Amino acid sequence: MTKKYDSVTRYARLREAVGNGDVDRRTFVGLLGSAGLTAGLSGGIMSTMATQARAMGTELHFEGWGGVVSEALRKNAFDPYEAATGNKVIDATFGGENEVLTKVKAAGNTDGHNILHSSGITWYKRWVDNGYHVQLNLDNIPNMANVMEAMIEPFRKITPDGLSAVPYDYGTTGIAYNTEHVSHEKAKEMGANLLLDPSLKGKIGGWGGDWANRAWYGALQSGQDPNNIQDWDAVWDKAREHRDLVLKYWSSGAELMDLLAKGEIYVTEAWSGRVAALQAQGHPIAYMDPPNGLAWMETMFVMKGSPMEEAEALLNFMLDPETAIAVAVGQKYPPSLDPTKVDMPAEVANLPAFDPTGKLEGLVFRDPAAWNPHEKEQGKQWNRVQKGG
Amino acid sequence: MQCFSQQGGFLLPDQSHSIDRRPWLLLSPALVFITVLVVIPMAFILVYSFYENIDLAVDVPAFQFGNWMELLTDGYYHTAIWKTLRLSVIVTVLAAVLGYIPAYVIAMTRYRHKWLLLLLLILPFWISFIIRTLSWIHIFGNQGALNGLMNLLGLGDLQVQLMYTEFTVIVGFIHVFLPYMILNVYVSLEGIDRNLEPAARTLGATPWQAFREVTLPLSLPGLAAGSLLVFVLTGGSYVTPLILGGPSDFLFGNLVYDAVVTELNWPMGATLSFALLILLGSVVILYSRLMGMNQLAKAFG
Repeated sequence: MTKKYDSVTRYARLREAVGNGDVDRRTFVGLLGSAGLTAGLSGGIMSTMATQARAMGTELHFEGWGGVVSEALRKNAFDPYEAATGNKVIDATFGGENEVLTKVKAAGNTDGHNILHSSGITWYKRWVDNGYHVQLNLDNIPNMANVMEAMIEPFRKITPDGLSAVPYDYGTTGIAYNTEHVSHEKAKEMGANLLLDPSLKGKIGGWGGDWANRAWYGALQSGQDPNNIQDWDAVWDKAREHRDLVLKYWSSGAELMDLLAKGEIYVTEAWSGRVAALQAQGHPIAYMDPPNGLAWMETMFVMKGSPMEEAEALLNFMLDPETAIAVAVGQKYPPSLDPTKVDMPAEVANLPAFDPTGKLEGLVFRDPAAWNPHEKEQGKQWNRVQKGG
Repeated sequence: MQCFSQQGGFLLPDQSHSIDRRPWLLLSPALVFITVLVVIPMAFILVYSFYENIDLAVDVPAFQFGNWMELLTDGYYHTAIWKTLRLSVIVTVLAAVLGYIPAYVIAMTRYRHKWLLLLLLILPFWISFIIRTLSWIHIFGNQGALNGLMNLLGLGDLQVQLMYTEFTVIVGFIHVFLPYMILNVYVSLEGIDRNLEPAARTLGATPWQAFREVTLPLSLPGLAAGSLLVFVLTGGSYVTPLILGGPSDFLFGNLVYDAVVTELNWPMGATLSFALLILLGSVVILYSRLMGMNQLAKAFG
């Protein structure tokens, strides 16, 4: 009688073989994959096996903004890190962190989410408030010593007992315009109101994904201090005026670049690094930061449940001056490293928004105390205005 | 004899019992799937629609009708429902007209390799839905194929904005959903006796008359099934308008996305999802009523 193995026995034997070194990990994972296909719906076994497979090699799941930003990280940070450590970084793209929060909430755990290219203080606070933060051991991240104090301080205020993220880069959301259709003089003269120029109707774009971004520009256009908005109706009136001229609200950096590069739109608010990337590709797109334009910083946020030592090693690797500068040149956003401590090459010093003093005093950031309390009501309002409400 | 009759006496109720149970046994796998994958999740969504959203991503279990009241009293949602029904009808009618012709050709052709035509029909399914949708940007866009062709022919740039309008949304929908219509119509045309049209002709009908009075009515069940599919699929979409539409091109599904993903308000998202289910569900019920009666009428000749 031939002996018939059940699936569990087969897995156990396979695992034993791996333990003995008879089967290398790649083959094992491959066999596991085909076994998974065979097993079909026996999900319980598979998830147990997957957990064990993960524990053997360390995989770090990274989620970021896609396009040139992802390419820069993949080429300059993840590939060398994988080669140096044997760990694996699996990177994915999100349209915004709210997508990740929705997924994590729906799944009830943070499996498959380790490091996020998180946008600034507002989201840092949200992740912490929802209990998804960790305490990084900074002894494992010696390169933090080079990071600008001005970029660490706001995060330390939220979690005084220990950071859950390392600041990584910063940039601005200014206005991009096609120089073949809009002159520099006109752009300078109109500032934030260039987005409301009726002569450009149907050739204007805007970021659809973030209510606060739209409100910031609405505040500038209605003559208010964006960090102290008193008249929200005036803000949304300006957003409506803008909407009636808009061809398309873009939802990702890649879409922004595509719309500008193909001449679908001539004017839009835009992320500084994406415009720098377009310029590097030779497109006739100029960039300006209007007075009180929006500045922001990004972190590498580590989610609860992540393999800490490996995550810390990756962050330290990413903050290494050589890596950080290479990523900055690639993604066109200045790094969080203090230029008074680390020599920056001309390619970084010439990036939009770059601050050589390392104090960031010339940039205006979103004050979470002024913005977060309005998010529930005004975020909803924006979704309506965007759709013609 | 006595024994037999006794056995018979006992067997009768037993037999009727086992007959009663068999359909349920056969149905049980389907019922289990529907319960686990549809009924229970939808029940969760219904329960969630009574919860209260305090702040972004913070929900409190409750039993209150705030979300449902908002849905019923706020014109914003009604506009979205109207837009959804309107666009679904447009797409369905266009798909029916555009789909009938290829279905008829495939069903009636004497071409030996009919399987090839059917394969061509299924071919688009091998490419991701998102990629197929994005492809229109490279056709209708500013630097797309259409404009390129115009320039090549020396006609200059296209003067009309095609991309990011309702037109491109409709084209995107038709492109993706047309095969569902064609396949359904094809199946019902294929089932029609081929002698019926010639028979009508021998009785003096013109080709058009034979089609209108014989073939078309007999293919109606397929046309109706295809229409139902296209209508429901369009009504529940949100990605196509997101990619191909402008600011005012949105469907009810986009509001669900906004509530769940951007506003992180799950209770309202649950309310809207359930409302969409009721809306599209009633279309399905209406269909089964109408088609059911149709079948009955046919039976009575």
